[in-house]
Amino acid sequence: MGTAAIEVRGLWKIFGPKAGRIIGSPDADLEPAQLRAKTGCTAAVRDVSFQVRPGEVFVVMGLSGSGKSTLVRCLTRLIEPTAGELLIDGQDVCAMSARQLRDLRRHRVSMVFQHFGLLPHRRVVDNVAYGLEIQGMGKAERHEKAGRILSLVGLEGHEDSYPEQLSGGMQQRVGLARALAVDPEVLLFDEPFSALDPLIRRDMQAEVIRLHREVGKTMVFITHDLSEALKLGERIAIMRAGAIVQVGTPEELVGAPADDYVADFVRDVPRSQVLSLRWICRDPEPGEPLDGPELPAGTVIHDAVPAAMGSDRPIRVVDGGELVGVVSRVDILGAVRPRTEAPPVPPVSAGVSGEA
Amino acid sequence: MKKLRLIAGVIALGLAANACGGAKVEDDSNAAPSASAAGSAAASAAGTVKIAINPWVGYEADAAVLAYLMEHELGYKVEKVTLAEEPSWQGMESGDVDVVIENWGHEDLKKKYIEEKKVAVEAGSTGNKGVIGWYVPEWMAQKYPDITDYKNLNKYADLFKTSESGGKGQLLDGDPSYVTNDEALVKNLKLDYKVVYAGSEAALIKAAKQATDQKKPLLMYFYEPQWLFNQVKLVKINLPVWEEGCDSDPKKVACDYPPYDLDKIVSKKFADTGGKAFDLVKNFQWTNDDQNSVADDMTNNGMSAEDAAKKWVEANAAKWQAWMPK
Amino acid sequence: MVSAPVRTAPPPMPPPAPPVPGPARARRLVRWAGPAAGVVAVVALYAAFRGTAVLPHDDDAALFHWLNDARDWVDANRNSSPIFLYVVNYIRLGVAELYTLVQGGLVALGWPGLIGLAAGLGWLAGGWRIALVAAAGFAGVGVLGFWEASVDTLALTLSAVTLSLLIGIPLGIWAGRSARVRRIVTPVLDVMQIMPTFSYLSPILLLFLIGPASATIATMIYAMPPAIRITALAVQRVPGVTVEASESLGATGLQTLLKVRLPLALNTIMLGVNQTIAAALSMVPLVALIAAPGLGVDLIRALARVNVGAALVPGVAIVLIAIVLDRVTRSAARRREGGRRARAVRWGGFAVLTAAGIALTPALATEFPEQWQVQVVRPINDVVDWIEGHWYVFTGFLNDTVAYGLLNPLQDVLTSAPWWLVTAAVLAFAWRVSGPAAGLVAAACLVGVAALHLWEHGMETLTIVLVASLITIAVGLALGVAAARSRWFAAGLRPVLDAAQTMPSFSYLLPAVALFSNGRFTAIVASLIYAVPVVARLVEDGLRAVPATVIEAARSAGSTDRQVLWKVQLPMARNSLLLAANQGIVMTLAMVVIGALVGAGALGYDVVAGIAQQEDYGKGFAAGVALVLLGVMLDRITQGANGRRSPHKKRNA
Repeated sequence: MGTAAIEVRGLWKIFGPKAGRIIGSPDADLEPAQLRAKTGCTAAVRDVSFQVRPGEVFVVMGLSGSGKSTLVRCLTRLIEPTAGELLIDGQDVCAMSARQLRDLRRHRVSMVFQHFGLLPHRRVVDNVAYGLEIQGMGKAERHEKAGRILSLVGLEGHEDSYPEQLSGGMQQRVGLARALAVDPEVLLFDEPFSALDPLIRRDMQAEVIRLHREVGKTMVFITHDLSEALKLGERIAIMRAGAIVQVGTPEELVGAPADDYVADFVRDVPRSQVLSLRWICRDPEPGEPLDGPELPAGTVIHDAVPAAMGSDRPIRVVDGGELVGVVSRVDILGAVRPRTEAPPVPPVSAGVSGEA
Repeated sequence: MKKLRLIAGVIALGLAANACGGAKVEDDSNAAPSASAAGSAAASAAGTVKIAINPWVGYEADAAVLAYLMEHELGYKVEKVTLAEEPSWQGMESGDVDVVIENWGHEDLKKKYIEEKKVAVEAGSTGNKGVIGWYVPEWMAQKYPDITDYKNLNKYADLFKTSESGGKGQLLDGDPSYVTNDEALVKNLKLDYKVVYAGSEAALIKAAKQATDQKKPLLMYFYEPQWLFNQVKLVKINLPVWEEGCDSDPKKVACDYPPYDLDKIVSKKFADTGGKAFDLVKNFQWTNDDQNSVADDMTNNGMSAEDAAKKWVEANAAKWQAWMPK
Repeated sequence: MVSAPVRTAPPPMPPPAPPVPGPARARRLVRWAGPAAGVVAVVALYAAFRGTAVLPHDDDAALFHWLNDARDWVDANRNSSPIFLYVVNYIRLGVAELYTLVQGGLVALGWPGLIGLAAGLGWLAGGWRIALVAAAGFAGVGVLGFWEASVDTLALTLSAVTLSLLIGIPLGIWAGRSARVRRIVTPVLDVMQIMPTFSYLSPILLLFLIGPASATIATMIYAMPPAIRITALAVQRVPGVTVEASESLGATGLQTLLKVRLPLALNTIMLGVNQTIAAALSMVPLVALIAAPGLGVDLIRALARVNVGAALVPGVAIVLIAIVLDRVTRSAARRREGGRRARAVRWGGFAVLTAAGIALTPALATEFPEQWQVQVVRPINDVVDWIEGHWYVFTGFLNDTVAYGLLNPLQDVLTSAPWWLVTAAVLAFAWRVSGPAAGLVAAACLVGVAALHLWEHGMETLTIVLVASLITIAVGLALGVAAARSRWFAAGLRPVLDAAQTMPSFSYLLPAVALFSNGRFTAIVASLIYAVPVVARLVEDGLRAVPATVIEAARSAGSTDRQVLWKVQLPMARNSLLLAANQGIVMTLAMVVIGALVGAGALGYDVVAGIAQQEDYGKGFAAGVALVLLGVMLDRITQGANGRRSPHKKRNA
């Protein structure tokens, strides 16, 4: 071990009186509503385990109330977990003293908030430098550093503004810059863009992707927006009622949902843009010609359309030079066609519809 | 938490710095002078005299003349402290009052503050004779000649009913701080009356004027010297005759108020260190008419206390020059 | 119509579900059956037990003697008991010292210096407008001829406010941060704010004697609750996410407090300062009773002489001071950090104005020039005399109507009913309106009044308060509704209410005394003037706070204005209305007590007499406690204002 940037094992967070006693008791398996009725406690995070690799963008996705915001706060003990293990870069966070914890927050993990959490009485540059200030850094140095970060997030020239003079998107850039200013190993995002307008949200997502490319930090990203999760996440954890239902790459989630809940979630995802050929190829039928164009198994279905259209032979899907199956034009069209009503796991009945 | 501890610490430090051995109330006798005093402290090197101002105009007349003389003849600064009678005595203990210029009896307070606590001393008579009693407007005495005997009051109780007297006759009293036995008298003389407090001297005066002008029945507590007797005719009710000691137990009083020889009380400190101002207070003596003329000017002729005092001083040089310290 | 009670899943969205027509009538009958039966029971019991278990007043109660003895003990040991030597007397000394210091400082500035400083602070807080208001306000005080008394009042106010803030702000921060502290502090503050100011003069006098120190402490007690409350609120209201952001960056608790919580709470805390000052100023006349120098002395003296003009002028001076302090602190609360240049301009202007004022001090006379002063007392009195002379019949009629029609009958009932019946009735009523806890507290308070041997006087006070509150609430409601419905009316009413709210409560006694001579009705009129503005304002605000969309929806359904008012606005403003009633009653109590100075009698008189007469001390002290109990009782009864505990809310849950 030790290679994971973040490792979470059996994490629990239960709010309410005598929360500690519930874990391990039969009550722990109750549905949240029942638990609350019986004990007055609310289980926000229930027995969650996952690992985040260094440099990875790990997305936690769930509806509101699913416990995802509590989970991310548990990572730096902004909310004290009730039980479980928590390792950041191999170090046990739960065992840290207040001072060690402060050090962790000051230098290694920082966070971006949904509602920004900027200090309205401070100028932008002082907001960005806040983390450096509480570390005890001198004014000139921290301002210089904050200036550099501001240009990194595209806010040069706004150093002396006050937060309320900026638009929402720009305010969140300040929040982002503040988190980046301390040069942390891990960045935590708690639904950072859900308060923003759709267009600005798209810009900001692009910004995160760009930053990730440039600075290569490990990121844990909380969202309730599936398209955002699919766009940003290398791996996605889907949470429901405090527990993780499934962890996987976007393809795995769309292609093989673990249960009805996840399937329902990903139902409207344009599969052809997420799934690769691997998910729809089949063994060649007897007599089928095998001299069609060859594509790697990782090719997204959508990208295979031109090849399929350009040839009347089935496409040969190869993985590392080895043939894993074939995909015909009909198969591809079936996958690309937007589905109106689909059963959870698609035994895609290749019915003919008017649009096809 | 930390903050509170800090504050506690600061206070403790302050205490420690002040002195060891505790603080007595007289220690600050000169604390907190008023703006007027501090503002021209330099101008009046002779010092500051704090005269209590009790809430009736006769008292204010005395104080006005004394203050005028202290300021203009002796060069003192006078600070007037508006207070009721009994708190004024307390003021002599706390250092907020130097002089009570018209004291009505108060044997109990004399015992406490002069004999026991030794914070005050007597400074002689003002020359004014004080009378307290119950009065009706003259027209009532003419219309009901026997009303002036207290024994007949119950017969007329209905006349004095008001909305405030709860079905009984109303006996109108003044300021709650005044010397009064009225509640006990009503009870002990078995009168069908209720004491209702008008709240102030002015309210009594207003009631007396209305009762005379509008021929409204009125039975009220009042006193001499008072300028009103020059304007409105009031007739005193005869209560059981006062004899020495009949009013010693305030709960059992069933006799008239005693004749008062109004006198002056000063704080011990002022008596010791008051210099010429103290001598002036000690020598001060005048008649009821003197007081009434000044009070009348203050109340009815629109004069300020200072103007009224000035007028009297200019007209009565011989009198006040006799008071001046040699 | 659905005949069978078909229960379907409740629709997800209707919070205040409208009563269902059919079975609701029966339910409503059931709902009113209880109270109706209660009323009948009380009336029947009253008829049966009238005149029994009454507690007539007795001046000789053992408790009063005991309290007198306690007073005598304190008096005798003031200079020997360690509590006094090492604690109480030091507090007295320290506070007196503070007052002397502040007062000396203000006097040393001289009048030009003080006006300059005020203008400078105004400039600093809110620019030239506020600077002008500050300068004009303080100069106005001089023009009225009350400069010196005003300086004393200002000094007393500033000393008391300083102490209030020194204690209140840290306590408020603590309470804002800790729910446990808040739970302890809140009820104490409740009581402090309900307490009629009169009631704690006796204990303060006993501990600290008369003089500015006592006055400062009394003022401080009254002025501190808003400082604590608003600071706590401000600290609590700091957005959690901002604090979290700070913590997520590894800030220590202290760093978060100093760099995040306090700066973010600062503006609100300034409002607390503002409220504290307002509260302190309203105590000015009252503390004149215990030998505090200042404008209050002139007010009280004028009151004793029934001289309306002479009282109005210092009253106006207090209002001027109040306006200046209010505007300066209010704009300080609103101020935003500007750039470096703006800051330079602000501080530069402050320095220039202050320096100019101070520089003028030696050049000009030490006392405010007499030739600048204007005399307004005479003309005011002429008007009052005229009214007195001409409206006599009308005012007398009003007085008698209220006294014979309302006060006397109610008082007869309350004093002739057995004490247990009154207590039980209060218990039932409070239980019904505000829940069981409130009911028990209210009943316990009444039992306390009985135990203090002040039942009869308590009932007399209660009578006046009930009648006065009734009139106050009716008038306030009418004005508030009118103001909420007509912008034009509201615009006209607002300045009147503003002025009425800043005037020291004592000044209301005067016009009342002038018009109605002395008695309970005068106190009622005064409390009317005192409390109506607040009630009207709360009603208006409550009605205006009803969301426009709801009103729009009601209008679009074809409601008339009247229907909108009765079916939408008033029900939705329920909490504001209850709060208005609550405030109206508490304020009325405070004023009725002060009304003792003009012959309203009862408990207020006991307190006044306790201050003024040695042998009445015990009774006065007990009366102060009884007043607190009455205040708490009245507050609890009307506490339904909290809304949460209202029994009606359960209807459809």
